[in-house]
Amino acid sequence: MSGAGPAGEALFGLREMELNFGPQHPATHGVMRLKLKVDGERIVDCYPIIGYLHRGTEKLFELHPFFQNVPHTDRLDYVAAATNNLAYVGAVEKLVGLEVPPRARYIRVILAELQRISSHLVWLATHAIDIGAMTPFFYCFREREVILDLFEQYCGARLTLNCMRPGGQPYDLPQGWVDRCGEFVADFPAKVAEYEGLLTENRIWKRRTVGVGVLPPETAIAYGVTGPMLRGSGVAWDLRKAMPYEAYGEVEFDVPVYANGDTYDRYLVRMEEMRQSARIVRQCLERLPGGPIMAKRPRVLKAAAEAEVYHAVEGPKGELGFYIVGDGGPNPYRCHVRPTSFMNLQALPEMARGALISDLVALIGTVDIVLGEIDR
Amino acid sequence: MSWSWLDWLREAVGQPQFTLLFAPAAKFLVAIFAIFLLIAYLVFAERRLLGFLQVRLGPNRVGPWGLLQPIADILKLLVKEDTIPNRAVRWAYLLAPCLVVAPALVIFSVVPFGPSPTAPGAPRWYVTDLNAALVFVVALASLGIYGIILGGWASNNKFSLLGGLRSAAQMVSYEVPQGLALVGPLMLAGSLSLVGIVEGQARLGLWFAVPQIVAFFVYFVAGVAETNRNPFDLPEAESELVAGFHTEYSGVRFALFFLGEYANMIVISAIAVTVFLGGWLRPFPSVEALAFLDLVPGVAWFFLKVFAFLFLFIWFRGTFPRFRFDQLMDLGWKWLIPLSLANVLVTGLVVVLVDRGP
Amino acid sequence: MSETHQSAAELAPWERDPVAPQWREAADDPVARALAERFGEAVASMRSLAGDLTLAVRREALREVCTALKEEHGFDLLVDLCGVDFPKRPERFEVVVHLYSFAANRRVRVKTAVGEEGAVPSLVPVFPAANWPEREAWDMFGIRFEGHPDLTRILLWEGFNGHPLRKDFPVEGIDTGAAIYPEYYDARQGPVAGAGTGWKPKPPAEPEKGDAAEEEEKK
Repeated sequence: MSGAGPAGEALFGLREMELNFGPQHPATHGVMRLKLKVDGERIVDCYPIIGYLHRGTEKLFELHPFFQNVPHTDRLDYVAAATNNLAYVGAVEKLVGLEVPPRARYIRVILAELQRISSHLVWLATHAIDIGAMTPFFYCFREREVILDLFEQYCGARLTLNCMRPGGQPYDLPQGWVDRCGEFVADFPAKVAEYEGLLTENRIWKRRTVGVGVLPPETAIAYGVTGPMLRGSGVAWDLRKAMPYEAYGEVEFDVPVYANGDTYDRYLVRMEEMRQSARIVRQCLERLPGGPIMAKRPRVLKAAAEAEVYHAVEGPKGELGFYIVGDGGPNPYRCHVRPTSFMNLQALPEMARGALISDLVALIGTVDIVLGEIDR
Repeated sequence: MSWSWLDWLREAVGQPQFTLLFAPAAKFLVAIFAIFLLIAYLVFAERRLLGFLQVRLGPNRVGPWGLLQPIADILKLLVKEDTIPNRAVRWAYLLAPCLVVAPALVIFSVVPFGPSPTAPGAPRWYVTDLNAALVFVVALASLGIYGIILGGWASNNKFSLLGGLRSAAQMVSYEVPQGLALVGPLMLAGSLSLVGIVEGQARLGLWFAVPQIVAFFVYFVAGVAETNRNPFDLPEAESELVAGFHTEYSGVRFALFFLGEYANMIVISAIAVTVFLGGWLRPFPSVEALAFLDLVPGVAWFFLKVFAFLFLFIWFRGTFPRFRFDQLMDLGWKWLIPLSLANVLVTGLVVVLVDRGP
Repeated sequence: MSETHQSAAELAPWERDPVAPQWREAADDPVARALAERFGEAVASMRSLAGDLTLAVRREALREVCTALKEEHGFDLLVDLCGVDFPKRPERFEVVVHLYSFAANRRVRVKTAVGEEGAVPSLVPVFPAANWPEREAWDMFGIRFEGHPDLTRILLWEGFNGHPLRKDFPVEGIDTGAAIYPEYYDARQGPVAGAGTGWKPKPPAEPEKGDAAEEEEKK
């Protein structure tokens, strides 16, 4: 310990210890470093240091034509690749004025909602294991496996999907896929009940999450927090409802909102969202229209000179947006990602101040960070 | 080379001093070997059982049904490099794991696995029948935690230190209710010897868990906390403190900590069984209709109950999230200590009023 | 073949050629009109593309315009803040801010231009959410933000030499070892196009005698 000074006074006078939480730490979900000032176990200050996974994705975007950039987006939030694809192709379509055929829009919604479920499953698994409940992890990954299989059957990849193109979908749904997917979403609410049986009314779980990391709505908005975290703070705002894109205007679903703004409420929001996602997928499978899956589009997409658009979708973690500037060429002149977890993570020091180290891991879990997206 | 020492040994075997000194030592060695094996397979059982609880397989590749997995694990841990951090306090760092394991193993010397011999020549199922065994057990059980604190401090790692600190606080909070919980059965049996306590239960014709249900509960909860198992595994909380006090340990020394934890689990279970669940006694020892249960030897009953406890430990791990540090203190000081104190008071009153004796 | 016979009206939207959205003057937008009245010249242009209102403001007025948008028009969520590099313009960088209003359910884009030397007033006092995006813009472009509480690099490491999202930054990267091994690298060189990331040792200097003797002993 560096704290033991030469004089006894220094030893006893020293109250705060600096603790490097990460970048190699089981609870940071990747490589994030938190510089903590702790007084015993209480956190006095918290300073996140990020960038360990920076790969210059935004620079890469500028080097490739619009079509070829889709795989780069997979690597942003790597547990929700379909959502990233959706946001990117949406932005490109807005930029060049492409209209997407209805069947492709429905397929996109199905993929995005399955992805939301799988992302939430990863969140729940890691959040629970951070708080010490080991078993939900395996339950969640059991269901996630089914979703990944469905993805694999659709596009051949399980994680980095690359499953959308500007203008439509690359493939139609394979034979039998609709039935398999329908089976999964029919069973899924029972599985959610299983996880909830382990956690929701568990007294230890509640003691670890209720009242921990309270984020009042004003603070949440001030820090640019979006998604389930904002809805856990009582702001009923969901881009799927507020600015419907793709086929979200044509399906019915509820937006769960809880008012206390603590870790437990954010947990409840996400659990309910999983059910609602299954409901959306079910409706989409029933109403899946026929017809083409790809719009008429030129071989090389070119943006108009000086065109700029911002398009955002409701990702599993919050608002995921792409800001694309075109210069008349086939590549984006500038393509900026509005990273969801990056903005949400800003609120972490606010929530962590005064909490205990044990709370900190719960808080990192509840922010639901993916470092690939934060560091880009 | 002279073989006279052999003659001396041959003579000595007959001596009463030899029986007094060496026979317990030999028995203890046998017991330790058995315990090591038990621990190795306890770890294996835990992994398989957790696998079952968590819809996965668990280790099943080494040997038939994975039965040789513990052996492979031990070999791996033995041949791994034993790293010592550069600026660790060397002597304390090396001593700490031994401090954890040794007391846990010594406790087994007073645990009666089976009844005292009824006929001459019949096996005696314990190493020694200490007349102050209960005090001995409590004293040694608290010694083990010094190893954890020392290891956490000596590693020169902040996470280890926090783990050590947590464990110190946990010890202070849970030693007290644990000790107090043992006072009730002690008063009922009127003996500090573990054999005496089991015989007391035989006399009463009832396991002490029935009249001492509160103490039993308190003891078990405190015991889970003492062994740093879920939901009280804060000193080594993986997601918070990396690995807590044993973050820096590797190889054999890590194995010793591991061994200590599981040995402690068995100790807590064995003491709970002895003090509250009638040790080697069959269920309902006073009910004559169940006398056929006596066909099962006492040792088997004892281990059956111990395994039931160990199963509980593993089940907890598969089910519960982890408590927070302050909540752990809350539970200890606001619930367990008052409960156990009240239990001591009530038991004392009852013993004084009802059991005036002849 | 049949498409040629059909008139454009019969085709579904996705069967037609894509029509890129066009810029339109948006002076009649109520928000834009109110801002123009209040700030006059400071709001240089008001246009919209694909429904997004875009305001170009002078950089001195950026914080005031954003404050007015937040307090008078309900744009209380800072969605995003980023930089764009146009090396040919006199003031090469553009800072782009996206705001969202929950009440009106719409976004607005506020842009301002700044050169390498100038500084943009920081939005952190108005929107705490601007903290990290502004650090990122500093990190990636070298745009200065005046009044930012902690304008340090965020994604790259402290010793990094250069701002990688500038258009003149070499795509293959620069030799970043200078900050770690100054004795082997020429730290003053800065970003050099085509330098690659290879190991580039300095020409061997005269070794000190003690060191050389020790090294020889080791060999």
